[in-house]
Amino acid sequence: MSNKKPESVSTNALTARLLLFAAGMFVFGVFVLPPVYDVFCEVTGLGGKTKGQAAENVVAVADESRELSLEFVTTVNQYAPWEFRPAVEKMTIHPGGLYEAMFVAQNLTDQFRVAQAVPSVAPAQAASYFKKLDCFCFSAQEFLPGEVKEMPVRFIVDSDLPDFIDTITLSYTFFDTGGTTDDAAMPENMDHGADSAHGTR
Amino acid sequence: MQAGDPFSKLRGVPIGVRQRRTQALNFPGKRLSDDDWHDGNCANYILRLDGHKKENASAQWHTADCLSEKLMIRKILTGALTLLAAGTASADWELNMPRGVTELSAATQDIHMVIFWWCVAIAVVVFGAMIYSIFMHRKSKGAVPAKFSHNMAAEVIWTAIPVVILIVMAVPSAELMIKLEDTRDPDLTVVVTGYQWKWHYSYQGEDVAFYSTLARASQAARRRDSGIDPETVENYLLDVDKPLVVPVDAKVRILLTSNDVLHSWWVSDLAIKKDAIPGFMNETWFKAEVPGIYRGQCAELCGMDHGYMPIVVEVVGQEAFDAWLLNEKGAVTSVASAEGDLR
Amino acid sequence: MSTAVLDGHAADDSSEHDHGPAKGWRRWLYATNHKDIGSMYLIFSLLMFFFGGSMALVIRTELFTPGLQFIDPAFFNQMTTMHALIMVFGAVMPAFVGLANWMIPLMIGAPDMALPRMNNWSFWILPVAFTILASTLFMPGGAPASGWTMYPPLVLQTGDAFPFLIFSVHLMGISSIMGAINVIVTIINMRAPDMSLLKMPMFVWTWLITAYLLLAVMPVLAGGVTMLLTDQFFGTSFFLAAGGGDPVMFQHIFWFFGHPEVYIMILPAFGVVSEIIPTFSRKPLFGHDSMVYAASSIAFLSFIVWAHHMFTTGMPLTGQMFFMFSTLLIAVPTGVKVFNWMATMWKGSMTFETPMLFSLGFLFLFTIGGFSGLMLAIVPADIQYHDSYFVVAHFHYVLVPGSIFGLMAAVYYWIPKWTGYFYNERLGQIHFWLSTIFVNVTFFPMHFLGLAGMPRRIPDYSTQFADFNSIASIGAIGFGFSQLLFVYIVFQCVRKKGAVATQEVWDNPQGLEWTVPSPAPYHTFDTPPKVTAETAFS
Ligand SMILES: [Cu+2]
Ligand SMILES: [Cu+2]
Repeated sequence: MSNKKPESVSTNALTARLLLFAAGMFVFGVFVLPPVYDVFCEVTGLGGKTKGQAAENVVAVADESRELSLEFVTTVNQYAPWEFRPAVEKMTIHPGGLYEAMFVAQNLTDQFRVAQAVPSVAPAQAASYFKKLDCFCFSAQEFLPGEVKEMPVRFIVDSDLPDFIDTITLSYTFFDTGGTTDDAAMPENMDHGADSAHGTR
Repeated sequence: MQAGDPFSKLRGVPIGVRQRRTQALNFPGKRLSDDDWHDGNCANYILRLDGHKKENASAQWHTADCLSEKLMIRKILTGALTLLAAGTASADWELNMPRGVTELSAATQDIHMVIFWWCVAIAVVVFGAMIYSIFMHRKSKGAVPAKFSHNMAAEVIWTAIPVVILIVMAVPSAELMIKLEDTRDPDLTVVVTGYQWKWHYSYQGEDVAFYSTLARASQAARRRDSGIDPETVENYLLDVDKPLVVPVDAKVRILLTSNDVLHSWWVSDLAIKKDAIPGFMNETWFKAEVPGIYRGQCAELCGMDHGYMPIVVEVVGQEAFDAWLLNEKGAVTSVASAEGDLR
Repeated sequence: MSTAVLDGHAADDSSEHDHGPAKGWRRWLYATNHKDIGSMYLIFSLLMFFFGGSMALVIRTELFTPGLQFIDPAFFNQMTTMHALIMVFGAVMPAFVGLANWMIPLMIGAPDMALPRMNNWSFWILPVAFTILASTLFMPGGAPASGWTMYPPLVLQTGDAFPFLIFSVHLMGISSIMGAINVIVTIINMRAPDMSLLKMPMFVWTWLITAYLLLAVMPVLAGGVTMLLTDQFFGTSFFLAAGGGDPVMFQHIFWFFGHPEVYIMILPAFGVVSEIIPTFSRKPLFGHDSMVYAASSIAFLSFIVWAHHMFTTGMPLTGQMFFMFSTLLIAVPTGVKVFNWMATMWKGSMTFETPMLFSLGFLFLFTIGGFSGLMLAIVPADIQYHDSYFVVAHFHYVLVPGSIFGLMAAVYYWIPKWTGYFYNERLGQIHFWLSTIFVNVTFFPMHFLGLAGMPRRIPDYSTQFADFNSIASIGAIGFGFSQLLFVYIVFQCVRKKGAVATQEVWDNPQGLEWTVPSPAPYHTFDTPPKVTAETAFS
């Protein structure tokens, strides 16, 4: 090439670098953005997402001076064949105290079915203060034909909860994840969700 | 109106977005006078609020006649004469964002107008300078080109001034944004679930829940081969079988989620638009200050019938609301049992 | 004008020369010449412009009156989706790549693009990609109907077309990335010896920035749609709430691509009008360097504003504030550009040939699109505007009298250089006025529709929206048919009908492209030209 300047990188080297940069951006899009997004959600409570694992090192010390009202909302996704509702729709709690709430679900079919409950907290700012010690949403729930199950969630609402929040809504959506007990198909799927970086539940 | 005036049909016609979506009861200035009403002018007629249609049988007859024959011509004419009519009829038609019936919808419209006027002001300066230059600095007028290509002072000025303007624009909206997020102390909470393609409303703690789907009349007329003129359907595509009923002056918290794909719950008179996302709970709120019927639509593309899942919010007095609620509790349709029916 | 260029190559516009083009189809299939590839890109994008445009006319015809007259809602959604995909990836982007191919070597004094073979590939991938995309129209379940934004979960309900949609987007991405690499390497390595970066013409500058944007965001889009693919077929749940994913995350990824994409489509148009306005004002571009800095800061800012498309998804207040202010900030460098163009015209000696008319149309109408963009940045107002026809009006003002007018201006400006013949000035001006009138008739009423509450992407509407929809439809049909005039005008030039163009074409224009004969010979700048005070920009 007649007009190559002495200080410039060779065409091939520059092309290779640019290709590498493009590849890097692909990796960034697929492998970096999602986990970063999840961390971001966890910090800000974006989307009302709560942690997918049991909270650790939480000590229950109820702050009797403050009352919160806690509401439960249930949804069944895609007309899935479940009856799913909270045992009580509303409870009054103190921040810092340990509580348990029950949810009732029934498999309305005559087949084995697996469901996954997905929690969401409103207002979203409360999500990171909502600490679950045990939850039926931590794993997929298996149901015998027609089975009715009582499922508990044990939680503490952190007493650091900002003052402007006086009502928290805890919502669970039931997703039907399969109509068989073929243990190869669905549970594996669920594991992926939980193990991968995106499993923020 | 002069009978012989060929433009009489068009002059009084508010061409534009006709005011039908909102029917605030007791809303002064929106009702047409009886004189307007009996003049038999078909173009004028179409613009009337729907409520009037049922009241006047002769006008109804007249309209059917006009609509079938003159609809196309009228549309083309209105298109051509929009600007002409713009000056004459301004009271009765909507060109602008509705002021709405909540404190926040009015504040939103204020902000909208403030930015709009800022834009107009900037446009006058920028376009003015360009137009001046286009007319004065043209070769055919013997303009000799100047040589300059830099002017530090000018560049600093037109970088700095916009920054100031933008801050002036943005700061008042920050205050409003904080209010929009404040969902505390609701008088009533409604869980709204988007479905392909309808809405489900569930009154928290009241054991009242129902689906809200496109009204039958619209449903029948919307088909391609229906043979029904949409102009003859009251609130075409903006009416439902069962509206969301809420009390006036009550803070209503809306919790939003979806059964399937994304939807968005939009009622512009309440200045609310929020996405319904499967697996997630979004929240927003409104406090309607004027009783009335407010209409909106799903705003997020949700598949084939995205255009056919309207929202109707009926704001009524507290007593009427209590009576309505009591009545509803008699005939509860829970989410689950309704789903059972569907299967 | 440097005399060195003329030596030996002045009369080289016939295929008799040793290095002339190959005969027949081989010339095109194996094309490595930047001018041939540029022409192919331009012709392809013109075809796609009419293909996507005819879909727009299907949409507008259906929307002419309330009620469904011609098509069903499912097909309507396919039309809006395909219209957008074709216009964005098939018409606007390839057209600018075509201009880059033709003009960048001519403007920097290079004999060709740096990577001619890659250039060939990046073009020929496109017809393949769009054949695949168009074929989805005939598949069971129809073409994609989820909007070009491809939001899950809706996009996962696409029929058999789904994997083909993803594959064609991948191909478009690969083509754009290769094109971008070629542009960058050419600009970095192939400039005439004395042409420092800051002496480059604005069109080259804006394309350099655009190419970096492409390189940064097209892979992210590819990644996003790949995740859709694995969610659908390989059991991942990036965007499925049931498996711990989040559908909103796709929107973040999409708009991380999508907002810079907006500037990918508009920055080269900025470059074009920055070439044209000085020529017809007979005055150098005002603030060349500040234009460069403005374009660079627009590009940088475009990476930190993406969530302004998502204010209604439920975002923390701090997030809303951040994205509102960062978006408003973009108005500052954009304003600088508009003021600089204004100052370029100020005290010039203007004439109003067709390229100048289109540039002025761009200046006025793009600014209107900018104003509505400003309004959309204000969160509370955006909550009302979002996903309404106001947004449709906004982005069409930015894209049609913005990007498309920029392209039209470029074609009128450089076609005498490409073909050696002037276009018919009278017809060109008629084309401009028809386009300008109809573009406003089409899109201006949409502002009102949106404000009054009409959502976008609906096949039918309530009767109170009827008047403005009819007006918009009339405008759209008028605009669509006016463009046939453009085809006629262009092909008259190609068929050598019209006034013969001189080497300079216009009245003392600046830049190296005017130092080669008209039409530009098959090979130019085999020996690098000298950059003189007259041909350098600064
Ligand atoms: Cu919807
Ligand atoms: Cu954007």
